[in-house]
Amino acid sequence: MSLLEVSGLRVTFATPDGDLQAVRGVSFEVEAGQTLGVVGESGSGKSVSVQALLGLVPGARVEGSALFDGEQLIGMPAERLRRIRGARIGMVFQDPLSSLHPMYSVGRQIAEAVLVHRKVSKDQAWSVARERLEQVGIPAVRVRDYPHQFSGGMRQRVMIAMAMALDPELIIADEPTTALDATVRAQILELLGRLGCALIIITHDLGVIADMADEVMVMYAGKPVEKAGRRDLFRDPRHPYTRGLLNSLPHGKERLQPITGRPPSLLSPPSGCSFHPRCPVRIPRCPIEEPPMLGPDDHPDACWLEVGR
Amino acid sequence: MWRFLIRRIVFGVVVLWLVATTVFLLFFAGPADNVARRLAGPRAPIEVVEQIKDTLGLDRPLFTQYLGFLGDLLRGDLGTSFISQTPVSTLILQSLPGTLWLVFGAAVLWMLMGVGGGVLSATKPRSLRDRTLTVLVLAGISLPTFVLGILMIYLALSVFPGTGLQPGPYISPFIDVGAFLSTMVMPWICLAVVQAAVYVRLTRGSMLDTMGEDYIRTARAKGVPERSVTYRHGLRAALTPVITQFGVDVGTLLGGVVVTESVFGLQGIGQLMIRSVRDGDLPVIIGAAILAAAFIVLANILVDVAYSFLDPRVRLA
Ligand SMILES: Nc1ncnc2c1ncn2[C@@H]1O[C@H](COP(=O)(O)OP(=O)(O)OP(=O)(O)O)[C@@H](O)[C@H]1O
Ligand code: SF4
Ligand SMILES: [Mg+2]
Repeated sequence: MSLLEVSGLRVTFATPDGDLQAVRGVSFEVEAGQTLGVVGESGSGKSVSVQALLGLVPGARVEGSALFDGEQLIGMPAERLRRIRGARIGMVFQDPLSSLHPMYSVGRQIAEAVLVHRKVSKDQAWSVARERLEQVGIPAVRVRDYPHQFSGGMRQRVMIAMAMALDPELIIADEPTTALDATVRAQILELLGRLGCALIIITHDLGVIADMADEVMVMYAGKPVEKAGRRDLFRDPRHPYTRGLLNSLPHGKERLQPITGRPPSLLSPPSGCSFHPRCPVRIPRCPIEEPPMLGPDDHPDACWLEVGR
Repeated sequence: MWRFLIRRIVFGVVVLWLVATTVFLLFFAGPADNVARRLAGPRAPIEVVEQIKDTLGLDRPLFTQYLGFLGDLLRGDLGTSFISQTPVSTLILQSLPGTLWLVFGAAVLWMLMGVGGGVLSATKPRSLRDRTLTVLVLAGISLPTFVLGILMIYLALSVFPGTGLQPGPYISPFIDVGAFLSTMVMPWICLAVVQAAVYVRLTRGSMLDTMGEDYIRTARAKGVPERSVTYRHGLRAALTPVITQFGVDVGTLLGGVVVTESVFGLQGIGQLMIRSVRDGDLPVIIGAAILAAAFIVLANILVDVAYSFLDPRVRLA
C-alpha cells in the first residue's frame, strides 16, 4: 500500500458562468519517503488537486478517492481531517510573505502548529520552534522576529520549519521556489530534499523536477497526461504536451519552440483530447474521442498515438 | 516606537494650536467695537457691549490679545459665560461626565454588537444569517437617532414602565447607581445601535478580505481549529480598519453627542453646545469647540499607539 493513493479525483467550482471543472479525474500514488513531482502550465489544476485532498478549497465540490495511510480523506469529517493537516501532512506554499501571518512572530506560528496537535506546554512548543528554525538554518535567536524582518528565502525556510514541526509523513510543497531568486532556490530545494519524508512538489519548472522528483506526473487542463519515473520522462517523453514542455526548456541561451496557443477554458474544455487545439501531431480521432491512459504501466500517457506504437 | 509617538504628540499639539489660532482669528479679528458686538449678540444693550470690550481688553493690539488668549488656554482658563456668568471650564466639567459615560458605555456595546455581528456575517457570507444581519444593518443606518430615541422613550414610559428606564439628566454612578443606570441604559442602546450598524458593515468587509488571505489557508493547513482561524488569525488582522474608525468615532463623539443627549435630556457637552449656540454664548462655544478638537487629536494619537501594538510592521518599522 502506498502512503497516498489518489484515484478519480474531481474538483468542481460552481461559478456564475456554470460549473468549472478544475480537476477532472486525477490519479496518482506517493510512496513513503519518495518524491512526486507534479508539473504543468498555470491553471492546469495542480494546486487545486492537492489542496482539495486536505479540504483547503472552500466552496469546491470534491469527488473521488484519496487514501492516506489507508484512511479516506475525501468526505472525512472536518475535525478528523484537521487532525491530519499539519500533523501528518504538512504544506509549504508559493509566496512565503503572504502565507505567513504578518502580526505573529515566526516562533509563535511554528509553536502554534505544535500546540494545536500535541498536549504540550507553551515552553515546549517554543523550544520545538527554536529547534526547527535551527534545522532549516535560521538562528534560534530570531524566534521572536516577525515575517517582514526576514528575506524571502528565510521566510520560505520558516514555512518549511512550520510544515515539518510535527514530523509529518508527507509534505506538499506548492511551487516552493517560484517566488525566490535562483541561488536561494537551490538552497530551498536542497533543504526540501533533506527532509526524508514523502514529498509532493508542484512546479511549472522542469528544472525543479529534474533535481528533485522520483516520479513525475504531467498535468494538462485538470488531468494527468503522462506519468513516469524522472529518468524515463526526460529520456523518453511520450505525450506531445510533455515534449512541448521539454522543448521549451532553455538550452543555453535560446528558448526552443515554446508550445503555441493558450491553455483551454475549463468551463468548456475542448472535445476529445483537451490538448488537440494546440497539438502539432494530432490525428482525426483526437477531437472526437478522449484518450485514456495508454502504454506501459510504469510510463503511461494519454495520447492516441500510443495505439500505433 | 518612542520617536514615532513623540512625533505624533508634537503633531497633535501643532494641530491644536492651529485650531486655537483659527478660532481666535474667527472671533477676535476686526475692529474692537465689531468684535464686542459680535460676542455680545445683536440684541445686547450698548453698555454690555462696552463692558465686554473692557473685560476682554479688545482695544489692545491683536497680537497681545492672541498671546493672552493662548496663555489663558494653556492655564485651562476658557473665559466666562455671558449668560450664566460661570467660568466656561466649570460648565464643561459639569457636562463632561454625562458625555464620557454615554460614549464609553455605548462604545463597549457597539463594539461587541458591531464586531460580533460583522464576524458572524463574514464567516457565512450570503447565508440566511448574513442576509438577516445585512437587513438589520440597513435598518440601523437609515433609522434617524432621534426617531429611535423617541421610540425607546415611548416604549419605556408607556409600554414597559416596569423597567424603570427613563430619560433625564445624568446622575453620577458614585451618587446613585440605580438612577445612573435608569437614565443611561436607553441612551447607551440608542447610540450603540446606530453605531453598531456601521461597525457590522466595516467588520464584515474587512473580515471577508482577510479570510481570503494566504495566511488563513496556512493556518488551516497546519490544523488550526476553525474558531481560532476566524478569531486569532482572521479577526486579528481584520481589526485594523475597525480600530481606526473606532478612534475617529470616539474622538468625535466625546466632543458632544448632540442628538442622543438632546433626545434623552442627558445634559452633556452636546446639550451645552446647543444651548450656547442658541443663546449666542460665544465663550462657551469657543471652549466646546476647542475641547472637541482636543478629543479628536487625542483619539488619533491613541489609535496610532494601538496600531503599533496590534501590528509589528508598524511597531518595528
Ligand atoms: N475558488 C475558485 N473558484 C473558481 N475557480 C477556481 C478557484 N480556485 C481555482 N480555480 C480555478 O481552477 C483552475 C486550476 O487552478 P490551480 O490553482 O489548481 O492551477 P495551478 O495548476 O496550480 O496553476 P498555477 O501554476 O498558476 O498555480 C484555474 O483555472 C483556476 O482559475
Ligand atoms: S491524443 Fe491527439 S491531440 Fe491529444 S496529444 Fe495525442 S496526438 Fe495530440
Ligand atoms: Mg498553483
